[in-house]
Amino acid sequence: MESDIHRVIEAVWRIESARLIASLTRIVRDVGLAEDLAQGALVAALEQWPRSGVPDNPGAWLMTTAKHHGIDLIRRNVRLERKTEEMGRDLELQQALSNVETDPDDDVGDNLLRLIFIACHPILSTEAQIALTLRLLGGLTTDEIARAFLIPEATVAQRIVRAKRTLAEANVPFELPAGPERAGRVASVLSVLYLIFNEGYSATSGDDWMRPALCADALRLGRILAELVPQEAEVHGLVALMEIQSSRLRARIGPAGEPIPLLEQNRGLWDQLLIQRGFAALLRAQASGSVFGPYALQAAIAVCHAQAPTAQETNWERIVALYDALVQLSPSPIIELNRAVAVGMAFGPAAGLELVDALAPEPSLKNYHLLPGVRGDLLARLGRFDEACSEFKRAAGLTRNERERALLLERAAAAANGSSS
Amino acid sequence: MRFLMMTNSDPSTPAAPPTPEMYAEMGKLIEEMTRAGVLLATGGLAPHPTRIQNAGGKITVTDGPFSEAKEAVVGFALIEAKSKEEAIEYSKRFWGVVGDGAGTIHQVFGPGDPPPGM
Repeated sequence: MESDIHRVIEAVWRIESARLIASLTRIVRDVGLAEDLAQGALVAALEQWPRSGVPDNPGAWLMTTAKHHGIDLIRRNVRLERKTEEMGRDLELQQALSNVETDPDDDVGDNLLRLIFIACHPILSTEAQIALTLRLLGGLTTDEIARAFLIPEATVAQRIVRAKRTLAEANVPFELPAGPERAGRVASVLSVLYLIFNEGYSATSGDDWMRPALCADALRLGRILAELVPQEAEVHGLVALMEIQSSRLRARIGPAGEPIPLLEQNRGLWDQLLIQRGFAALLRAQASGSVFGPYALQAAIAVCHAQAPTAQETNWERIVALYDALVQLSPSPIIELNRAVAVGMAFGPAAGLELVDALAPEPSLKNYHLLPGVRGDLLARLGRFDEACSEFKRAAGLTRNERERALLLERAAAAANGSSS
Repeated sequence: MRFLMMTNSDPSTPAAPPTPEMYAEMGKLIEEMTRAGVLLATGGLAPHPTRIQNAGGKITVTDGPFSEAKEAVVGFALIEAKSKEEAIEYSKRFWGVVGDGAGTIHQVFGPGDPPPGM
């Protein structure tokens, strides 16, 4: 019975915590203190709700309790010896917390946005940004974050404590960045959300369910962000990309846990609702009138795949054009390699091979298994089976994924027998 | 996890027509759930459904209304939640706006998901 009410409290926490912490941070101007106060309210709920039941308005209850908790804390501090300057600040804080007025509704969104920006602040390391975002915005516990990222809980706790200290020491304001700074700060938030998403996307079937759940967490945060800054095209681009990639979650792992490449997936398993949401998000990006950024371009490529009823009907010419634009915006050897694959599909294996061969000297691809994997595929399609066989073997030697290695060795064997698949 | 929340109506005791205040409150809740990234789809269902039945390969299509129907689904919301408890919490908020009535909450399984109970 007790665990039932705990699950209910967890659910309420997941719904309310981000807004609660955001509003408290606005009052106390310190995200660390705000989170402590919110956690204090959660502890009080865990003590009281099993007896009293869940209040009618749990969000308001948590807010009031957190404020009382803050006032108590300050009163206790005042009794200790304090510097006059600190006492002045304490008094101000106490007044702010005593104000029973809750935030007007339009402030709630702004505070939430401020919280997202501060959690992804560039002053923090990537690991800290991820941990803080999941903790403050996603309502995840340190234990849940640790399980999702396969690291010890103490490491996560330490990252969060350090991150809060860094923000406090640097006096990072709880603000909405404006002007030239804003674009960089938005980019920082988007990259944190996509890293969280990809961590979930890379989960395999044997993993703790917390890992794949990261995709849902990132998508949810992306959708929230899209409503908070609807004028930012790239936010919609990232949401579109995550919606469409999520639509393939069921199709991308086979019954034995083996990864299934996009073109071999059963398209009947793709989630049409998420695909439609992805299309809608990309249309919003388009409607904003800005030129597509890297996320919107990747989403547009994902849309091409989603629109093709079968792999054979994929509009590869359009995908090549989108990769051309993507390479211009964010040049990277991996994107060049993907572009080469698309060129190989659109204009034949010889054209693709030419591009792949040009990438061969690239140091960052030296140990990347997909380079020989792609090359092997193009060679096999050209009927150059001996060369294809040795490329597949090389790729098999480079991949760290056992099942992928098995697939590559199968292809090597097929090539040795003079067959392209 | 995906959940389908449905509201039922008992045709023998029709609910009071919604007030403008309730419409406004409902609009606010729907907006809030959309902004929270939770609500995937929602809608109301027309009162007279078409019934389709397959009996031994023979398909029969019958247009409503059906007088024998005890309760009918009048609206639905498809949401993405992390747990059943979270779905229930959102449903509580919905019923807080609607007032008296009843509904059901089902977890939704997609193609490729293990069937319920396995």
